[in-house]
Amino acid sequence: MQDSNAIIDEVTRGDYKYGFVTDIDTEVIHKGLNEDVIRLISAKKNEPAWLLDFRLKAYHYWLTMEMPGWAHLNIPTINYGDIIYYAAPRKKAAKNLDDVDPELLKTFDKLGIPLGERKHLTGMAVDAVMDSVSVKTTYKDSLAEKGIIFSSFSEAVQHHPDLIQEYMGSVVSYRDNFFAALNSAVFSDGSFVYIPKGVRCPMELSTYFRINAANTGQFERTLIVADDESYVSYLEGCTAPMRDENQLHAAIVEIVAKEQAEVKYSTVQNWYPGDKEGKGGIYNFVTKRGLCEGKGSKISWTQVETGSAITWKYPSCILAGDDSAGEFYSVAVTNNYQQADTGTKMIHLGRNTKSLIVSKGISAGFSQNSYRGLVKIAAHAEGARNHSQCDSLLLSNTCGAHTFPYADVRNETAIIEHEATTSKISEEQLFYCNQRGISTEEAVGLIVNGYAKEVMNKLPMEFAVEAQKLLAVSLEGSIG
Amino acid sequence: MLEIKNLYARINGKEILKGINLSVKKGEVHAIMGPNGSGKSTLSSVLVGNPAFEVTKGEVIYEGKNLLKLSPEDRSREGIFLSFQYPVEIPGVSMVNFMRAAVNEHRKYKGNEPVSATEFLKLMREKRAVVELDNKLAGRSVNEGFSGGEKKRNEIFQMAMLEPKLAILDETDSGLDIDALRIVAGGVNKLKTKENATIVITHYQRLLEYIKPDIVHVLYQGRIIKTAGPELALELEEKGYDWLKTEA
Repeated sequence: MQDSNAIIDEVTRGDYKYGFVTDIDTEVIHKGLNEDVIRLISAKKNEPAWLLDFRLKAYHYWLTMEMPGWAHLNIPTINYGDIIYYAAPRKKAAKNLDDVDPELLKTFDKLGIPLGERKHLTGMAVDAVMDSVSVKTTYKDSLAEKGIIFSSFSEAVQHHPDLIQEYMGSVVSYRDNFFAALNSAVFSDGSFVYIPKGVRCPMELSTYFRINAANTGQFERTLIVADDESYVSYLEGCTAPMRDENQLHAAIVEIVAKEQAEVKYSTVQNWYPGDKEGKGGIYNFVTKRGLCEGKGSKISWTQVETGSAITWKYPSCILAGDDSAGEFYSVAVTNNYQQADTGTKMIHLGRNTKSLIVSKGISAGFSQNSYRGLVKIAAHAEGARNHSQCDSLLLSNTCGAHTFPYADVRNETAIIEHEATTSKISEEQLFYCNQRGISTEEAVGLIVNGYAKEVMNKLPMEFAVEAQKLLAVSLEGSIG
Repeated sequence: MLEIKNLYARINGKEILKGINLSVKKGEVHAIMGPNGSGKSTLSSVLVGNPAFEVTKGEVIYEGKNLLKLSPEDRSREGIFLSFQYPVEIPGVSMVNFMRAAVNEHRKYKGNEPVSATEFLKLMREKRAVVELDNKLAGRSVNEGFSGGEKKRNEIFQMAMLEPKLAILDETDSGLDIDALRIVAGGVNKLKTKENATIVITHYQRLLEYIKPDIVHVLYQGRIIKTAGPELALELEEKGYDWLKTEA
């Protein structure tokens, strides 16, 4: 039996493939956070006064707040004065303003992110963000012909200030929580999407976030507005170099779905998770929320979380419109000393609103993996329905899996269901696979992917294969 | 093909096999019979390298190779197949994905390219017929929700897919009704060639009416105490094991 434990242990010791650093001239501001730093960031982006005002309000509110302590996480003290809040790859003098530094192109190429364009609007359009700025957004012009706005957040502030002013902070207020307040004060870039009435976005839109500079935090904002009867599928991916110190990533994602609009938001989160001893890695403290504002609207979150030293993240849906629907599909993998406290909130406000939660936790090594979810049915939400399924798969005897489901039901017509399972990959299962010629490593991959299938199937094709490989790789060497 | 010499093995410190000697040539069918707890399943587990068992003495030569040095997966790829007494369920892993992984690993070991999707599905269809395995079962997760009989048929189906040189059937008849027994045994017989060998481990002689052994061994207290022709099985059926126990 010891033997097979050793084998499993071996299998789950995978290596992080994206840990390289790009050697590029980067403009960084001095570390620390105060009003001047915020003014500096705002000035660099040439922002209108109202936005600076928003930042400062958020900053002052943040100063009154404390880091949340309720998650099942052991977060070392973060010195916010030691972080650099703005870092941008310096643009080389180029003939054409649109020319991207070849070094940057190489970086994204290495990450498998295409920054070229084809003639047809198929596949994926990308907004590539390195540290604090967007370096390139593809297919922007061709999408614009359909009325779709897909641009970096900074550009949107310049070109569509009215839309930004109307929607920014409308779903996640700067007062929402500690990290939301921090982000609202110092956010640097991210993506903005607007899908006009009745338009079905012909391709996947995506943002790829890359942290490169050292000692820097990344604070991006994404805002997606889907007008009546529109549809968009949006993907987000992220990686970072391997470093011994921890780096902070505190993002905000806001989605607004109008009448009969549908937004699918998929994330493959692969920030550097730290080394095998738990040294280094990204702190991923993210606030993601969607507002199903219109009747019959739908927002679906799919996340595959394999990276980060610590993850604190609850993509949520406010189901305000009657007949609106929210979905949350999650696979969260923790290995070695990673910690994740992740889940969702489904807030039912409208009538006949529906929500579905499918959470699959996979824990290995010495990691801690928690699902935390709230299903809230407001007094007026007649006929609300929720189904939650939370499964945990344990790959070692030294990891922890926890489930914290909360329900707050104020309307007696509500039907809510909760199912939960905990399982372990057994030695018998692995041996059965071995006896058929399948190595333990591959067997773990098969079993884990089978376990996560229900969620993986929700990912767009472009991501699914990569995500499957990622699952197997993050667990290489992890059973015990 | 297989030469077992003075094999000793234990589990959790308890000695189960105490000097097994056995020689199997290609084309042969051997039956290993014996009362409960005599070490029959331990012998099959040791041959396929189940890590729960520890070999303390002796050697096993398979096709000229030191079998005990090979990993369980390599033993499989070298052509040893075990039809498990209790096939385990693997929820979430479809039979199709499972079999494709297994077949491709076997091919890779021999230096062949992975099988194409169409070719593979054709192979599945063809081999399913051997044990009349329902298409629906092939689409489900490995052994999940299968009845006892379906699990055993599924084992022989996998055997058909992997075409082993040496098949070990561990109590394949247990839990089977007469129809299922006929189908499973029929499957095994169809897969029989002059080039491969089969070891049938069974408590009862019932299965041996369908799968005719060339040689019958009686295992008792970790040793083979009697070896004879097929008539031995009938004799055991009639007299039980007690007369042999006193002989031992």
